[in-house]
Amino acid sequence: MMTAAIQIEHLQFRYPGAVRDCLHIPQLYIKAGERVFLHGPSGSGKSTLLGLLGGVLVPDSGEITLLGHKLSQMRATARDRLRADCVGFIFQQFNLIPYLSVMDNVLLPCRFSRQRNMRAQDAGQDAVRLLEHLDIAPDLHAQQASRLSIGQQQRVAAARALIGRPGIIIADEPTSALDADRQLAFLELLSKECKAAETTLLFVSHNHRLAVDFDRMIELPGLNRAERGGVV
Amino acid sequence: MMSYLFPMALRSAWNRRFTLGLTLISIALSVTLLLGVEQLRHDARQAFEQSVSGTDLVIGARTSPVQLMLYAVFHIGEATNNIHWQAYQEIAANPAVAWSIPVSLGDSHRGFPVLGTTAAYFDHFRYGEHQPLQLRKGKRFVGIFDAVIGAEVAAKLGYRVGDHIVLTHGSGGLAGQRHDDKPFTVTGILAPTGTPVDRTVHVSLAAIEAIHLDWQGGARMPGFDIPAEYVQKFDLTPKAVTAILIGLKNRAGVFRMQRQVHSYTQEPLLAVLPGVALDQLWQVVGVAEKVLLAVSVMVVIVGLCGLVAVILASLNERRRELAIVRSLGARPADIFALLTIEGLFIAFAGTLLGIVLLYGLNMGLAPVIQSHYGIVMTTHAVSMDEVRLIAAIAGVSLLASLVPGYGAYRLSLADGLTPKV
Repeated sequence: MMTAAIQIEHLQFRYPGAVRDCLHIPQLYIKAGERVFLHGPSGSGKSTLLGLLGGVLVPDSGEITLLGHKLSQMRATARDRLRADCVGFIFQQFNLIPYLSVMDNVLLPCRFSRQRNMRAQDAGQDAVRLLEHLDIAPDLHAQQASRLSIGQQQRVAAARALIGRPGIIIADEPTSALDADRQLAFLELLSKECKAAETTLLFVSHNHRLAVDFDRMIELPGLNRAERGGVV
Repeated sequence: MMSYLFPMALRSAWNRRFTLGLTLISIALSVTLLLGVEQLRHDARQAFEQSVSGTDLVIGARTSPVQLMLYAVFHIGEATNNIHWQAYQEIAANPAVAWSIPVSLGDSHRGFPVLGTTAAYFDHFRYGEHQPLQLRKGKRFVGIFDAVIGAEVAAKLGYRVGDHIVLTHGSGGLAGQRHDDKPFTVTGILAPTGTPVDRTVHVSLAAIEAIHLDWQGGARMPGFDIPAEYVQKFDLTPKAVTAILIGLKNRAGVFRMQRQVHSYTQEPLLAVLPGVALDQLWQVVGVAEKVLLAVSVMVVIVGLCGLVAVILASLNERRRELAIVRSLGARPADIFALLTIEGLFIAFAGTLLGIVLLYGLNMGLAPVIQSHYGIVMTTHAVSMDEVRLIAAIAGVSLLASLVPGYGAYRLSLADGLTPKV
């Protein structure tokens, strides 16, 4: 039987000082290897959910389980380590450390996580392979990350998220800075790589148009039972 | 696992090398200033304390010990009273006294004090580590109108052996107060000592007597001129001296000798132990050096504040960078360490550069400072005081670096994975 990649039970979260809950998710279950599109317009508690899944925020009640690890039973340091080992993030923009080379950026997770370094076997070779799959020409590998176009940067970020097979990839509007015709191309590449690595993908976006070729689509506003109008 | 943070901190700092470099330089300069002032303080104090050595007692008319030292050793200010020649002779003849140097002050030459004394001055006066005076050129005074000048006098006024100089009555400044009827000849120039001797014109006691033969109460007697060539016909035994430096046969008897001088019945006298009086005097002039030190401490603090400000200012544009590092698994504690290490690295590198700079300057400037100011800049190994100062700088640097570290820590806790920029 397959374990759940992400499992949420009775999650409630309220920002300190806020009068209303920001998030109230009775249940969410994402299988390992599943590719899920999470639709969330701005203000729907997207960033908060990402913080909770990343273990950076702590729910007031309920349970989040990542790949069998119950976050509520872990200390902050252990949650940070779990994030390093098991989750690859891709954000909207400015994903890369500008002063490091493309190669060094891709290799970063292997420096932070021994597990991912070991899973990648030869990290350097794996990075070259991923960059090739994501259409980054070899002559760009030694370039400073800040010299790349935004589209290139996002693809490098995808390679970084994928290296060392983290188990879960969480992409937060990774295409919003790209041209419309580039968005689907990026999505396709990412999807293909996740499929190949059997990695769970949680793709968060406000853009319905992108919800193609996913196993499932979830509406965050429907999922979230917290009353709207709270502090987000 | 987080060991990669350190090389990353370096790469990040290198990326901002221009602003951080300027900050580093400002810290280096402030450290150079602080340590330089500390060294100068040390050397100045040493030069000060070594301005007289081997003298057991300094004797003058009764006044405060500090004032006596000021005029007898530093030739600053004026004596309120003189010692009669009779008293000098009695003290010199005391069986406990090994040697005595009579000193007569009051005249000057172009701002430099003139000191009347005897050959005993060249034989017995010691400075520094019991070093005797040495003539760099020429010889001691023999004739009445011979003068031996200190190294600084020679250097500033460009005098050479054989030059003629005219003394001025008092500390100078008043017209018509020049002893221009009786010019002196420079017969010797002393080697530099780093003491007030360098700034002094030395003549014989007889010369002091001779130039004042036709003077009365601080002014030339009108219509009464005694030409230089006739002074020999007069009795040139001094009537008074300003102060006496004495050395004892046995140093253990110094307090007994001091009591004897104090109980001298013919006139009120004061005998001070130079070491004690120099300490007292340093308490007075030492205020300046403390102020100087305080100012340079401030400069270092300003430098470190600049560092904190520069790193804090960079935090905002690095929020994304910190969020990326955080998403890769860095703990808030790692973010704290990252920024603290950066601050510490700049502060320590700046301090190191400052020390190197100081020693470089030292080697380059020591000869100049010695020849111009008579302060011997010793290129000694780092002293305990300096080590303490450097340790204090390091401690304050650490405290200062905690500020941006804490700022980044708070920021990364608030931002989480999604910086609100």
